Amino acid sequence: MDSLLEKYIGVIEATRDKRIAQAMPLMREADKEHLLTAHHPDYRKEAYRPIAFGPNQGEETVHELAALLEADSPLSVAPAGLAKPDFEVDVLILGGGGAGATAALMARELGASVMIATKLRLGDSNTVMAEGGVQVAVKEDDSPIQHFVDAMHGGHYKNDPRLLKVMVEDAPFSINWLDSLGVLFDRDADGNLKVKKGGGTSRARLLACKDYTGLDMMRVLKDTVLNTEGIQIMEFAPAIELLTNSNGQVTGAVLQNLDVDQRIVVRAKSVIMATGGIGRLHIQNFPTSNHFGATGDALPLCYRLGARLAFPGTFQYHPTGAIYPEQMAGLLVTEAIRSGGAHLINRNGERFVNELEARDVVCAAIIRECAEGRGVDTPFGRQGVWLDIPVIDAMNGEGVVKRRYPGMLRKYERHGIDIPTQPVLIYPTLHYQNGGVAIGTEGETEIAGLYVAGEAAGGIHGTNRLMGNSLLDIIVFGARAGRAAAQRATEVDFGELTLNHLDAFRKQMKKAGVEPTRTSPMLLPDYVRRPEEAVGSA
Amino acid sequence: MSAETDTKLVTVEIMGKQYQVPDAMTVIGTMWYTGHNIIRGVGCLGGVCGACSTVYRTKDDFALKVGLGCQMKIEDGMSFFMTPFYPTAKPNYNVQEIEHPKEELFRYFPEALNCRNCNACNKVCPQDIDIKGAVKDAVKGDFEAAADKALSCVMCGLCVSRCIAEMAPNMIALYARRTWSVFYATKHERLDQQMKQITDGVWNDEWDQISQLDEAGLKEFCKARR
Repeated sequence: MDSLLEKYIGVIEATRDKRIAQAMPLMREADKEHLLTAHHPDYRKEAYRPIAFGPNQGEETVHELAALLEADSPLSVAPAGLAKPDFEVDVLILGGGGAGATAALMARELGASVMIATKLRLGDSNTVMAEGGVQVAVKEDDSPIQHFVDAMHGGHYKNDPRLLKVMVEDAPFSINWLDSLGVLFDRDADGNLKVKKGGGTSRARLLACKDYTGLDMMRVLKDTVLNTEGIQIMEFAPAIELLTNSNGQVTGAVLQNLDVDQRIVVRAKSVIMATGGIGRLHIQNFPTSNHFGATGDALPLCYRLGARLAFPGTFQYHPTGAIYPEQMAGLLVTEAIRSGGAHLINRNGERFVNELEARDVVCAAIIRECAEGRGVDTPFGRQGVWLDIPVIDAMNGEGVVKRRYPGMLRKYERHGIDIPTQPVLIYPTLHYQNGGVAIGTEGETEIAGLYVAGEAAGGIHGTNRLMGNSLLDIIVFGARAGRAAAQRATEVDFGELTLNHLDAFRKQMKKAGVEPTRTSPMLLPDYVRRPEEAVGSA
Repeated sequence: MSAETDTKLVTVEIMGKQYQVPDAMTVIGTMWYTGHNIIRGVGCLGGVCGACSTVYRTKDDFALKVGLGCQMKIEDGMSFFMTPFYPTAKPNYNVQEIEHPKEELFRYFPEALNCRNCNACNKVCPQDIDIKGAVKDAVKGDFEAAADKALSCVMCGLCVSRCIAEMAPNMIALYARRTWSVFYATKHERLDQQMKQITDGVWNDEWDQISQLDEAGLKEFCKARR
């Protein structure tokens, strides 16, 4: 057994029976507010500053995002390709995760010619990593209204009710669509869809494919896209700038080929941004559960066009990120393990929060324990608390952990940790961008021809998303944006390709007195150790 | 990807070149540590996207092994290279146009019958899937068993690279999973009922009521319902 665990296993096992018998009350609203204000990273004043100019001028966001929004375009002069674009398609989709693939299939179904351009490979996304499940009201005691109520409550009543209504009402249709493509959701003993309970919800409403829900969804969506004629796929080619006509309508994009030093100009009648989240900015130095390409590209690209962002200052830190062993830092430990009954315990073997509180509350409680000296130190200078997974088998019988969480089992097994018998150390990890580009119910933005879907969009989840609502929103709004973009393509002609919007953007920048020191989007994080750095500082 | 100063150094070989690196790093961490600015080969960094297939040998062992570079720890004397892309032929099918999934398996994947039991696919699978078994299940018509075995497949394609019968076992398993879901695991009465209730407008009155609430009213409504 690992020496760190050896030190604590005594107190963890000695307190287990007592903890099982203990009823952990849910917190009162006032106490929650107090906890969040004191310990949630979204409330850390020194991490924030006002945005200097543009549609969200004066609004607070984290330094890391503000720097990208206020950065210049990488295009100082118009590429020659603007006069003769390399490709012409009805609908250009930027991003190849769950939202992008869904949008592509829907747009194609309506007859549009479609291109998906994506930074890494089709399917490399946060979708593929989503473990817990997808929310849809299917139990007798549940309804779309109840789903709405829970999401509103979880989002601190900041959600756009119009978007949320659309999401919960489309939910069963979206799930039905996934089912019709061959996503294999878990079944009950009687063969019906199996429903689990997730954090922050008043009803059991989570469908899952064990703890590989996003993987199965993405695998099926990708296969369906590959099987569909009329969808061009451009991998390793992220967008670095959007293109507009003289009326400020979006008419295409410039892509950067990451394999060779080459830019690709695409003319399109509609553009859908489905570029995902922001975890790789490592906001406030948090580790992240996000994939390699999650650098929030939609935010600066759309902002430069004058699109407003909704809640640019709120992020979700998933309460249970692995922090030990060091190679696992940031990796998600699925929330299904908490909803399955695992205990969060501090160094003294005490539970300190009801594990089924909403994510932000659980996250703040863990940070509080560590800040107040009840955390556990790792040899690598990190702190965390224990997640007692073996308690699940203690309550439900041997073999339950192994059967329910094969993905988690394998991830830890690779590092010599046996989760059915050994607790693991966790700490919040940067997981999700609650806000994003403001959209309407069809994924449309304030800019004609520009649609946004998936994690890049904002407003649906208010300032805190509930588990299982992201795998849902990528399908619902991916589909809506795909259909709206295809519809627009039947109504407009191809437009001229200019960078006129950058003139306006640079004028605002100058007026605000901002000197551009970098360009955006960021595209990829840089983890490469440079030769001049000291050994060990990578 | 931080490496601690007090960690001992080990020697690894990347594409034939030797480097000294701190112990206990992953393959991808080692690539970055040694200054390789890799893009292809990096994906989710969480062991589920299949982007980072890595071929390696360990010290004094002839065997060629394979693993996922974001999850696998390096060790002293290890020699590796990453294989971020493997060309795979794939038949196109529309799952909704299939009529007899078990028969049509052989139309799209006639080579599925050619398995020679060599077990190379199972040995190479970074997810420890019994992928050979999944292909055999599919051939026998037991799509449920095939679907179950292939749940954690990350579609890295390494099984394709080793198959002497030149089939794509991962694609066959995916076909079995998808068609099992569409044709056989079809019970979801409650889902159908919810769709009907929404189409029939069962909750329209309540939605109307909600749409007229201001923020305070909405808060009160939601709290009362929880």
